[in-house]
Amino acid sequence: MNEQNGGQRPPLNVSSSLTHWRRRLSPTGNMGDAIFRALIFGVALLMVLIVGAMIVALAAHSMPSIRRFGFSFITGRGWDPIKEQFGALAFIYGTIVSSLIALVISVPLSLGIAIFLVEQAPRSLARPITFLVELLAAIPSVVYGLWGIFVLAPFLRVYVEPALARWFGWLPLFQGTITGIGLLTGGVILAIMVTPIISSVVRDVLAAVPNTQREAALALGATKWETTMVVLVNGAPGIAGAVILGLGRAIGETMAVTMVIGNRPQISASLFQPSYTLASVIANEFTEATADIYLSSLVELGLILFLVTFVVNAVARVLVWRVTRRTSGVGMVV
Amino acid sequence: MRTLSRTDRSRRAVSALLTTLTALCTLLAISILAIILSYIAMRGVAAINFRFLIDSPRPVGEGGGIGNAIVGSAVLLLLSCIVGIPAGIGTGVYLSEFGGGYVGSIVRFLVDTLTGIPSIVTGVFVYAVVVLRMKHFSGLAGGIALALIMVPIVARTTEEMIRLVPHSLREGALALGAPQWRVTLGVVIPAAGSGIATGAMLAVARVSGETAPLLFTAFGSRFFPRNLNEPIASLTVQIYYYAISPYDEWHAQAWAATLVLMALILSINIAVRFLTRKKFG
Repeated sequence: MNEQNGGQRPPLNVSSSLTHWRRRLSPTGNMGDAIFRALIFGVALLMVLIVGAMIVALAAHSMPSIRRFGFSFITGRGWDPIKEQFGALAFIYGTIVSSLIALVISVPLSLGIAIFLVEQAPRSLARPITFLVELLAAIPSVVYGLWGIFVLAPFLRVYVEPALARWFGWLPLFQGTITGIGLLTGGVILAIMVTPIISSVVRDVLAAVPNTQREAALALGATKWETTMVVLVNGAPGIAGAVILGLGRAIGETMAVTMVIGNRPQISASLFQPSYTLASVIANEFTEATADIYLSSLVELGLILFLVTFVVNAVARVLVWRVTRRTSGVGMVV
Repeated sequence: MRTLSRTDRSRRAVSALLTTLTALCTLLAISILAIILSYIAMRGVAAINFRFLIDSPRPVGEGGGIGNAIVGSAVLLLLSCIVGIPAGIGTGVYLSEFGGGYVGSIVRFLVDTLTGIPSIVTGVFVYAVVVLRMKHFSGLAGGIALALIMVPIVARTTEEMIRLVPHSLREGALALGAPQWRVTLGVVIPAAGSGIATGAMLAVARVSGETAPLLFTAFGSRFFPRNLNEPIASLTVQIYYYAISPYDEWHAQAWAATLVLMALILSINIAVRFLTRKKFG
């Protein structure tokens, strides 16, 4: 039997398949090249495996929760670890609303910054300013949180929120007790954090718009601003991509929001009220989760976060790439 | 001289107004930066002293410091560099040298995806695959979590820097008869070296501020680290717990620890800026 098997697989075949692989790995026939390629391909494969492992691990550990709650996990409002009732709606609401507040503030701000840096500021001024704006992105989330608790939240409580309540108090958005800790503060801190990201991508997008567009507009007698509008229209998909990229960042931002949003799982129309986000409930409760189903529910929140940011980032990158591919060929690292 | 019609005048006024507004947006962003940094400087300097830098935490009212957190952060960063920088450079080399085809764009997309994944999710992943398996929090798990965040940043800057290396260098080396691995390792990577190094530095700056992925991997500790197999303190987690505590003394310590952290991050960023000033716009 053994001899027969051996006979079916003559050593010649083995060596020829080895040669085949060596050829594939190294068209030049150099042994060093083959090893080098195998190593580099191995590292690249590792990246693919890591992303795959992330999806598998998150899905596997959320399985108990998915089985038990099904779709009602997303639509359920109750979050009660003691009764083992888990519904994520309050966290989804808090995440969406705080991210939207962040975008409402940071999109015009970022556009203004990017336009100023690309279209108006002289090069000698634009470079140091770009560095300063990007330093905002270098400040860690936990530092924003610390500053948010002790500086921003009191400032909003004393000056901004009472004013909003006085002028726009007829809107349900600006009613209720003013504490300085809540959705609005979370949104404002997120706005500060995503502004450097959005403005830096918009800057790349605007810089990629060909100068002929500007020259044509100016030659037709357009003012400085009308020329800028032409540039903005040209870069529109990329700008949309930048905004979506900022949205992705805001959705996943954890520490700063956790520290100022109040961490109460409730759905309230008022922006002054405490709220809770997907990321912050994971940060707060993960180490306390003793019951398996509790932990599994938290992992499922992580899975939701993963999938949402995955889609959001993919869409954003395609949009930005459409505008910038002509000039750089390589995307941006943000 | 031609007199301006009414519409012309209003067009010019709108243009002037809106261009001024963009300058104000920029000014606002820079003022926020200045306000944040000056708060950190003021509150931090008021609370910091030498003992604070070398002591370990103590109960409220007894002082204590962040010595263990500084050492812990250093250990975590070192560990993440050992794992993350070679893996990142390897992936970057793959993307630039072999990543032209279909598979290359998939890898590039996945690397970009990794960049966009919220760091808290990375923490949950490492908890599931490392902490649950080891059955306890550890410095090792924390280092792995930070490395996972580092890899895509290093990979993409490496790719971009290698692409800036002129093709004539490669062709010259190949023409001299060097095999491809020697061309890449001996000519291309050294030529892109300073760019790759600054990319790695920026990645270090980025992960040194990470808190969320450490909360349930490295966890935190009140003692100096002895080995990688036990929970380990870090500056950021320490800042977090002090900031949300109800004690004024711990709040002051949070500001002082933030000053230390920001000194590290700002000096890396400023160093990178001076290193890259001449070569790249």
